[in-house]
Amino acid sequence: MNTLIAITVGVLAAASIYSLLRCSMMKLIVGIVLLGHAVNLLIFSAGGLRDSTPPIIAENQEVLRPPHADPLPQALVLTAIVISFGLIAFCITLVQRTYDIVGDDDINALARSDS
Amino acid sequence: MEIFWIILGILLGALSATTVHRVSAMYSGRLLACIPATGFMWLLTRVPDIHDHPLQGSISWFPQLGADLSFHVDALGLLMALLITGIGAIILAYSGDYLKGDSQQGRFFVFLMVFMASMLGVVTADNLILLFVFWELTSVSSYLLIGYYHESAESRWKALQALLVTGLGGAAMMGGLILLNRASGTWTISEMLNSGLSIAEHAYYPAIVTLFIIGAFTKSAQFPFHFWLPNAMAAPTPVSAYLHSATMVKAGVFLLLRFTPVLGGTSAWMITLTGFGSITMLIGAVNGLRQTDLKKILAYTTLSVLGMLVLLIGLGTPTAIASAMLLLTGHALYKATLFLTSGIIDHETGTRDLQRLRGLRRAMPITAAIAGLAALSKAGLPPFFGFIGKESIYSIGFAPGAMVAILPMIMLANMIMFALALSTGFHPFHGAVTSDTPKSPHEAGPAMYLGPLILSVLGLVFGLLPGITVESLIGSAVTSILSTETDIHLSVWHGFNVPLLLSIATIAGGVVLYRMRVCFWSKADESDRRRLSFDRIYTFIFNGFVAVAKCQTRILQSGYLRNYFIIILSVTGAMIAFNLIALGGLPRTFNIRDAKILDWAACIIIMASLYPAIFGRSRMTVLIALGAVGFGVTMIFILHGAPDLAITQIVVETLTVVLFMLAIYRLPNFRSHSTRNMRFFDSVFSGIAGLLVTLCVLKAQHVKLAPSVSNQYSEWSYSLAHGKNIVNVILVDFRALDTMGEISVLAISSIGIMTLVLTRTRKRRMEKQE
Repeated sequence: MNTLIAITVGVLAAASIYSLLRCSMMKLIVGIVLLGHAVNLLIFSAGGLRDSTPPIIAENQEVLRPPHADPLPQALVLTAIVISFGLIAFCITLVQRTYDIVGDDDINALARSDS
Repeated sequence: MEIFWIILGILLGALSATTVHRVSAMYSGRLLACIPATGFMWLLTRVPDIHDHPLQGSISWFPQLGADLSFHVDALGLLMALLITGIGAIILAYSGDYLKGDSQQGRFFVFLMVFMASMLGVVTADNLILLFVFWELTSVSSYLLIGYYHESAESRWKALQALLVTGLGGAAMMGGLILLNRASGTWTISEMLNSGLSIAEHAYYPAIVTLFIIGAFTKSAQFPFHFWLPNAMAAPTPVSAYLHSATMVKAGVFLLLRFTPVLGGTSAWMITLTGFGSITMLIGAVNGLRQTDLKKILAYTTLSVLGMLVLLIGLGTPTAIASAMLLLTGHALYKATLFLTSGIIDHETGTRDLQRLRGLRRAMPITAAIAGLAALSKAGLPPFFGFIGKESIYSIGFAPGAMVAILPMIMLANMIMFALALSTGFHPFHGAVTSDTPKSPHEAGPAMYLGPLILSVLGLVFGLLPGITVESLIGSAVTSILSTETDIHLSVWHGFNVPLLLSIATIAGGVVLYRMRVCFWSKADESDRRRLSFDRIYTFIFNGFVAVAKCQTRILQSGYLRNYFIIILSVTGAMIAFNLIALGGLPRTFNIRDAKILDWAACIIIMASLYPAIFGRSRMTVLIALGAVGFGVTMIFILHGAPDLAITQIVVETLTVVLFMLAIYRLPNFRSHSTRNMRFFDSVFSGIAGLLVTLCVLKAQHVKLAPSVSNQYSEWSYSLAHGKNIVNVILVDFRALDTMGEISVLAISSIGIMTLVLTRTRKRRMEKQE
């Protein structure tokens, strides 16, 4: 299982880096979205995926009984998902605004536009 | 502690200088001069009992680092402080008139007073770190002073040269000071000196001495760093007078004197100092002979004197140190005077060229008298103070051994010095009157000649009555340098002895050289240009640095986002790869069999959707593909016990799609902007990156660098935070600050989006109105 996730993360990362290296601003957004997924999965699986029971204390109990999933990476990833959403939203608006002004989605056109 | 108040007073003076200048441009120089003059007076009252009661005090500043604002003034420090404040006051009063009407004069006073304060700090600081701070401050403020005429490119270039050379020395000095602390175990200079400790046996000794000497040599313009000093003549004349006589260049000499007990006494110390000192002495003297510019001549003689001082410190015997102190004091007095009188000549006639200056004594009799007195002291004629210094030097040349070899060099330098003294102090004033000068000469105002007059008269008084004026202070200065009791007796007349004969010979040689002075002048200019000078080596190195920096910037800062990505990712990847290997190589366990059918489904959905996501041309295709990737990720979250994540992911996914839909018709379709080769390179590059990430994830599952806090959180979740969903408890309780940060990021992002959207609508509305 872990190997499968690791391969998925690797493929996601490769795809996102390939998109980031493109000269099109639209591809840049795709790259950022995919990079977010890759990193979230990386953190999620870094501790090893062993158990599939959510880390929630059962009714009438006061402590968590094993087996359960590791709660810490989940907390970190939750924060990361929300932040990457903020970033993506900003990127979409920024790209749209840039396109309005420059009239081209080639990143290298920005150097020529001087605006 | 009083010394701290003097420094603070001068700094406050610097702060108020521009205001004072605005209120009273006429008297600002004289008003500001009162501050160092007051300090000087106070210091003067401490002279009688300085030997038994050194001034000291300390304010805690940064005790964890061993840095304190501590000061310790013994006889050596006091002598230097007297020169700095005394000559400083004269320079301030003088430049009030010299730069009269200059629009930048207020700034000039600020720089000069900051320089004065930092120089005072160098000679009185008792803490190595504090010493370094002041040391660097002198470099910076002298840069501002030398580059005062900042509209001239040449002036800026020369100022920068002085800054870079002394800054290089400053860096070396910092290394030396830190190593010295490691070797001696203390940051306090007086403690180091009082403990009588010598670190000559310490393993760090060679490094410390080398770094120290580089620091002192750059500041005191010793060969091979001597070239900046004549170039620093680009400064206004009062600055040159100050830098050359009492301050800047004496800082290195001061430091060598100060640390003689700790670092000196070894043959390495002696050979380096005497060797480089004598080279500098001769270079300065010989080059000085060929100049016709008054200030240039003075600059080269300063070089020569500095060389002689370093040479004497290298010899290190009590008589040599005493001679060095006499030379240092005498030089400060006559050199300041001669610079100031040459400034008067420049100011009143408009030129400094010896070939055009003759017979000025009729037009400016007072200046002629002052310059004459100073020149006689510089020439070393009795009964002037310079004579005592020279006699003292000649009386050490007779110790057995290598020192006999040094004597002829010193004699030659002194002969040239004699000739140059007359060239600067007599030549312009005597001879037939010419009308070759740009301005018709006349006498300067009292604010300009009063200061040099005092200094030159002091040169005579100290020579006539050394016993009741300077003897005790110089004696205790030598004592404080060597940490051993030394008695010196100064007088003009020692009877007929060998030093006297040497003096007579020097004077005879000097007179001959002075008579021949015109012969040396002619060759000055062309040979300077052709010679492989250190100035040109400096220029070569400087241009080399600039070229390398430009080239490197061109490569690294290409302006293409793609290149930046590649550089950043390559460096990061290399570091990750290095760590992978450092942590025991590639991962060896692969477990793919335990994957359930749903896991396979999720992963295949993700990987399959990636192709349309990155290669798709239609906006809709890409949007759907991205949605599918998000769905796959959500599935993995659900399958592995993270319902919270799955919920959040779904919400975020939905919102992203909505955002895209809102924006999509204003966005262009996907187009390819890259060439085939670029795409091939990028595929390989991102493939390697992806492989590295995969290896990282696999490795991470088996490496534990620190114990996990997860179990702790699970235990505390209910007992401390009364929550049963541990992920939520972590977010809102244990790591609430993270969540706070997350919310701030969202807020900032939405403000940014709002700004972008609002500016667009406003623009559109304006377009409509038109």
